[in-house]
Amino acid sequence: MAEYKRPANEAEFQANFKQKKPLMNATQAYYESSRCLFCYDAPCMNACPTGIDIPLFIKQIHTGNVEGAAKTIYDANWLGNACGTVCPTGVLCEGSCVYNNQDVPPLQIGRLQNFATKSVIDQNKAMYQPGPDNGKKVAIIGAGPAGIACACELRTLGYAVDIFEAKEKPSGLTVYGIAPYKITNEEVLAEMKYLQDQLGYNVHYNQAITSKEQITQLENDYDAIFLGVGLGATAFRNLPGEDKNGVYGAVEFIEDLRMNHEKTHVGNRVIVLGGGNTAMDAASESARMGASEVTLAYRGSKEKMGAYDFEYELAVGAGVKGVFDASPTEILGNGSVSGVKFKRASGEEFVMECDMVIKATGQAKQGSFFSLIDGLELDDKTRIKVNPETNQSTNPKYFAGGDAINGGAEVVNGAHDGKLAARGIDAWLK
Amino acid sequence: MADLSINFAGIKAPNPFWLASAPPTNSGYQIMKAYEAGWGGAVWKTLGMPTINVSSRYGATNYRDTRMAGFSNIELISDRPLEDNLREMREVTKRFPNHATIASLMVDTRQEWNDIIKMVEDAGAAGIELNFGCPHGMCERGMGSAVGQDPVVLKTIVEWVMDAASIPVITKLSPNISHITDPGMAAVEAKTDAISLINTVKSIVGIDLDTYAPYPVVDGKGTNGGYCGPAVKPIALHMLKELKQHPQIKDTPVSGIGGIETWRDVVEYILLGATSVQVCTAAMHYGFGIVREMEAGLRKFMDERGYQTIYDFAGKALPNVTEWKHLNLEYSVKAKINEDKCVGCDLCYIACDDGAHQAIALPQEGQGRIPSIIEENCVGCNLCSLVCPVEGCITMERKDDGSKHRTWDERTQADNIPNTWNDDRAGGKGHYVPEPALALENKRKDRSKW
Ligand SMILES: Cc1cc2nc3c(=O)[nH]c(=O)nc-3n(C[C@H](O)[C@H](O)[C@H](O)COP(=O)(O)OP(=O)(O)OC[C@H]3O[C@@H](n4cnc5c(N)ncnc54)[C@H](O)[C@@H]3O)c2cc1C
Ligand SMILES: Cc1cc2nc3c(=O)[nH]c(=O)nc-3n(C[C@H](O)[C@H](O)[C@H](O)COP(=O)(O)O)c2cc1C
Ligand code: SF4
Ligand code: SF4
Ligand code: SF4
Repeated sequence: MAEYKRPANEAEFQANFKQKKPLMNATQAYYESSRCLFCYDAPCMNACPTGIDIPLFIKQIHTGNVEGAAKTIYDANWLGNACGTVCPTGVLCEGSCVYNNQDVPPLQIGRLQNFATKSVIDQNKAMYQPGPDNGKKVAIIGAGPAGIACACELRTLGYAVDIFEAKEKPSGLTVYGIAPYKITNEEVLAEMKYLQDQLGYNVHYNQAITSKEQITQLENDYDAIFLGVGLGATAFRNLPGEDKNGVYGAVEFIEDLRMNHEKTHVGNRVIVLGGGNTAMDAASESARMGASEVTLAYRGSKEKMGAYDFEYELAVGAGVKGVFDASPTEILGNGSVSGVKFKRASGEEFVMECDMVIKATGQAKQGSFFSLIDGLELDDKTRIKVNPETNQSTNPKYFAGGDAINGGAEVVNGAHDGKLAARGIDAWLK
Repeated sequence: MADLSINFAGIKAPNPFWLASAPPTNSGYQIMKAYEAGWGGAVWKTLGMPTINVSSRYGATNYRDTRMAGFSNIELISDRPLEDNLREMREVTKRFPNHATIASLMVDTRQEWNDIIKMVEDAGAAGIELNFGCPHGMCERGMGSAVGQDPVVLKTIVEWVMDAASIPVITKLSPNISHITDPGMAAVEAKTDAISLINTVKSIVGIDLDTYAPYPVVDGKGTNGGYCGPAVKPIALHMLKELKQHPQIKDTPVSGIGGIETWRDVVEYILLGATSVQVCTAAMHYGFGIVREMEAGLRKFMDERGYQTIYDFAGKALPNVTEWKHLNLEYSVKAKINEDKCVGCDLCYIACDDGAHQAIALPQEGQGRIPSIIEENCVGCNLCSLVCPVEGCITMERKDDGSKHRTWDERTQADNIPNTWNDDRAGGKGHYVPEPALALENKRKDRSKW
């Protein structure tokens, strides 16, 4: 394997993590946009969780109204630029484009979207301003896509907004979790700055809300509270040997990678446990970091994996080897990891050697945090229950959205939920 | 194998593909290059009184990603010295004696016409084309379309020319006129050998949104241009048909011009009676090489249909172009959707609902996106089949049994036409139209979920 050399500097890192959906140039955008049929009740639009008027913005790009296109996008989705590159468009808008029905490549909607949004971000073209102050205050916990979208929408409606964020950067997993070849840190943060500069919400970084006192304080100080806390750290699996050196949680590994790039430690022989999109990402990323052997081990069959096919193919393309029907039973090693013992459904056991294990076996739920809030009902998967029209929880002062209510989906879902919740808050406080 | 050679009013050429008088025929260099590339003739860029051209000369109509669907210019006739043109013409006609090298001319007085005709004949021109078309600049000086628009003046000049010329004369007409047969008749009465049409259409292709001036912008100002290219083909075809169906004009050979780019265009012109074609915009857009496609396509068409020469099918469509009143009112087609081809864009639905006769239904919620035709409502207008992006997906199927034939003319003679305000015999009587108020209920699907 070793298709990728270990990156020694930022340039080599960027080369290994080359952007999958690079920015279109004006000529590409012109020709691509000319293909759109302007479908009636367009299926691409119906497939977008935020309902962006896709035929409209594509036509606007084509007629040279790129700023108008960006406005159409942001009116529906406050993370319009991030979504253009990180959304799984193949299963959303682009997957629904009518061209697919004729085996003609669908419109490259995501890249066209970025063409428009990147243009206004780069030129710092302000398109929104806060609504007239209505004297009400909302607290938002978590500056992920859901929290940011909620903040933006609330500001346009005239609310004062304070976001409390445990980490030091905004956008949640968009900057800390998504694979680096989908979007760069700079690009994520540029959009965050662009939004905050226009709408002026406050973000209090490094301010995790973890105690009952803090919660009570927020309840006293604010008219409503939005929970956009996402999911937690990688879940503990009670696997013997899980505490050995060289065993990492996928979310933590990826965060390290996003923050430290080529300086992130990656072993030579890496085993990634799991079959979801996070597992695919972690495996791809290990390969791109120059590990000589990356194995993706999943307990079920290939077909049963939760990951999108295209994500698995991307990993295989990066040199990852898939091993199926392999349930890990023990992590081996004397202090440091040296291998993983697996069991097949047939009962057969086998060992694979390695010097690093990445557990991509799910993120922990925020259950203990949620228990700080009175009357907040959760479903059997520890997701906050909300009214789907308003995103209001069972404690009327609390609204919620994003991974905290869907158990882990996409940025675009968070963006949609935040917007919906803001409108719900507005309706409730009026 | 088909023989593409022609004899057009005495002008012989190896094929009917000629370059129109325009920038591609501005010099001997270009014309020889074109002959090498396969063109059978070329009408030299119009020679005449000295001119000066402006810089910034062309504008275009782009449609979606199609460049130059229409093309406009404000250029005048040749601004090169006559002497240079004649020297080069002599060289071209010497090297290519079998090609149709034709001199386009535009001058003012009878004496000037006499002189210049003599000069181009001496240079070996196979024919003369009279430029009565240029709708900008030259017409302000009383030439070009100023002549083309005045049949009396046109006739006089053609008579002068016929007196002076010993080689065939083609009169090139301007489309900037209500009845093309008026200048057509004038030319025929003056005994022109042939006609060519169309020259460019008076136009403004667009306004620059920064300078508020029409394209092409010349230092903050513009003027009307001459429009040509694919966009004008329908206008030209109609005028060609008008001449070719006119009893006194129809036997005069016509060289068809306007928006010709492909073999299909060529065949259409010939089917309406043209026996040579001229091309300008397509050569300016793609270079001389496009003639390869025209020639290959025309040959294939002729070989498949067993035509030896273009005269075997020239004018074959003319008997089928008739007046509206002779169309069969009993003929009935209705749209049919091929569900295997449909991609579900629903453009046909919205086109029919908003722009036609509310004859297409969307499937029930959750039943996919393939629409269906409500046959009772369909009037067979073709709109859906025209907007459908999938070739051959919506077809218009004949529904009457072909046994009845009744035209407006026949009905008029039988005194059976609607002639009062609320006449039951009117076509739309009893045809389904939704109640107006339904428009408010059928609002765009509820978007509140977003
Ligand atoms: C590895 C990985 C790859 C992914 N790849 C993609 C992808 O390619 N495309 C895509 O669309 N989606 C992807 N996702 C999913 C996407 O990132 C999430 O669905 C999205 O970020 C959810 O947004 P959120 O706002 O609900 O939560 P998060 O993004 O998780 O943000 C929650 C924020 O709340 C903060 N927070 C949490 N608890 C507290 C607290 N108690 N006090 C204060 N702050 C708190 C967190 O620090 C964080 O900033 C991926 C996810 C992972 C894990
Ligand atoms: C830039 C330009 C200059 C032209 N100059 C002449 C001319 O000098 N004499 C003439 O008879 N027609 C002239 N024409 C008209 C063309 O010969 C031709 O009639 C017209 O362009 C329609 O053909 P097309 O659609 O193939 O371009 C000119 C056209 C263009 C675009
Ligand atoms: S489905 Fe495709 S063609 Fe139709 S509107 Fe959407 S992007 Fe355009
Ligand atoms: S032919 Fe005309 S009336 Fe009939 S379905 Fe199509 S658009 Fe409607
Ligand atoms: S326009 Fe054609 S492809 Fe589109 S829905 Fe109608 S029949 Fe189908």
